[in-house]
Amino acid sequence: MGSILCLTLFQGRMFAQESPYIVTYDHYLEEPGSLEVEYFSTLGTQRGGNGFHAFWLELEYGTKAWWTTELYVDGQTTVNDSTLFTGFRWENRFRPLAREHFINPVIYIEYEQISEADKIIKEVEGHDVESDHADPNSVLRQEHDHEIEFKVLLSKTFRGWNVAVNPLATKNLSPSNPWEFGYALGGSHPLAMRASPNHCNLCRENFIVGGELYGGLGDTESFGLHETSHYLAPVAAWNLPSGWTVRLSPGFGLNDKSHRLLLRWGVSREFSSFGPMISRLLRGRQ
Amino acid sequence: MNEPSLRVALPELPILACLIILAHFPAVGQPGQATTPTKRSWDYGALAEVPLKAQSMPNPYADDPTAMAAGKKLYGQHCSECHGADAAGGNRGPSLRVAEMRKATPGAIFFVVTNGVARHGMPVWSKLPEPERWQIVSFLQSLNK
Repeated sequence: MGSILCLTLFQGRMFAQESPYIVTYDHYLEEPGSLEVEYFSTLGTQRGGNGFHAFWLELEYGTKAWWTTELYVDGQTTVNDSTLFTGFRWENRFRPLAREHFINPVIYIEYEQISEADKIIKEVEGHDVESDHADPNSVLRQEHDHEIEFKVLLSKTFRGWNVAVNPLATKNLSPSNPWEFGYALGGSHPLAMRASPNHCNLCRENFIVGGELYGGLGDTESFGLHETSHYLAPVAAWNLPSGWTVRLSPGFGLNDKSHRLLLRWGVSREFSSFGPMISRLLRGRQ
Repeated sequence: MNEPSLRVALPELPILACLIILAHFPAVGQPGQATTPTKRSWDYGALAEVPLKAQSMPNPYADDPTAMAAGKKLYGQHCSECHGADAAGGNRGPSLRVAEMRKATPGAIFFVVTNGVARHGMPVWSKLPEPERWQIVSFLQSLNK
């Protein structure tokens, strides 16, 4: 395993043209054979409790041109409390249409096994509110969720603008829980539409900026925008020629059910030849 | 949460995820099996399948001397991993220095770059702004002049 990691550090770097979104998904999948390793942090304020630092690692692999699979591992540290592993998620995204269309749908299916102490807030669903996170970790970690989540990722890029709409539906696998719903909307645009001929880190073409709006839509028993949280977040991504991408997003709660501030940042790196390299290793080639 | 059988099975899901990813890779070779990579043969049918309207689109940067240089940079960043640093082809993508590319219109190349060729594993590249895709077309056409 160590040799695999060492090899990936030194070969197969590819310039990543990653979107700046942290919650919203556009319709672009990982290139086949590429592995993207991502780390994200969320610093959150908490009324009636302690602030927190939630973090997660993503391993995103392009299985086919039409299929991307991704594994998340989540954790968090709550101020004056503890640090703990809060669960994992396995998501798969399938692109049913091969070519670009007026709107490009992607089917998203995720299984997650997380505890109530999970605070990454990668999506808002049902009646998720700030006070859900106020209890101490020792209490929150006692309850576990096994959920299946479905999204339809609708996205369009036109004249450099990307617009993405992600409705979601989640079902906790315990039979007594209703279906829960949520949404995420995003828009983004690169700072420059044309590339400069020179290699540079700070060229405008390497920056993409935009915004996200996401929140809950209640559940089957009480559908709507009320009694749930909503966030508005400017987003920015810096795609470095070395293959690294840095993202930053301060998210602001839009009502008194939301955290006041969710300051997010992330760093990712794409390894384009990961799949072929593993194939070579499995065949014993050097 | 109160279903014991579910709780036993679900923690195995990360292992299942890894197995699915590994299953994507070709099988482990047998002892004595030839390990020399064979050159894949490619068809360029995607260029012929481009709609007529798209084929007739002109390159707005055809006369821009900086477009080719910018396109060369973009090619190195996004395309060379599969098509080779010199565009002569690799194990994951065909040569772009062939008669089919020489004969293709700028619009046809732009269409293929934009839409990808899913059956050969080429992803869509519409996430690059339209001018950058035309800059890549400028570079690819310069290879075949």
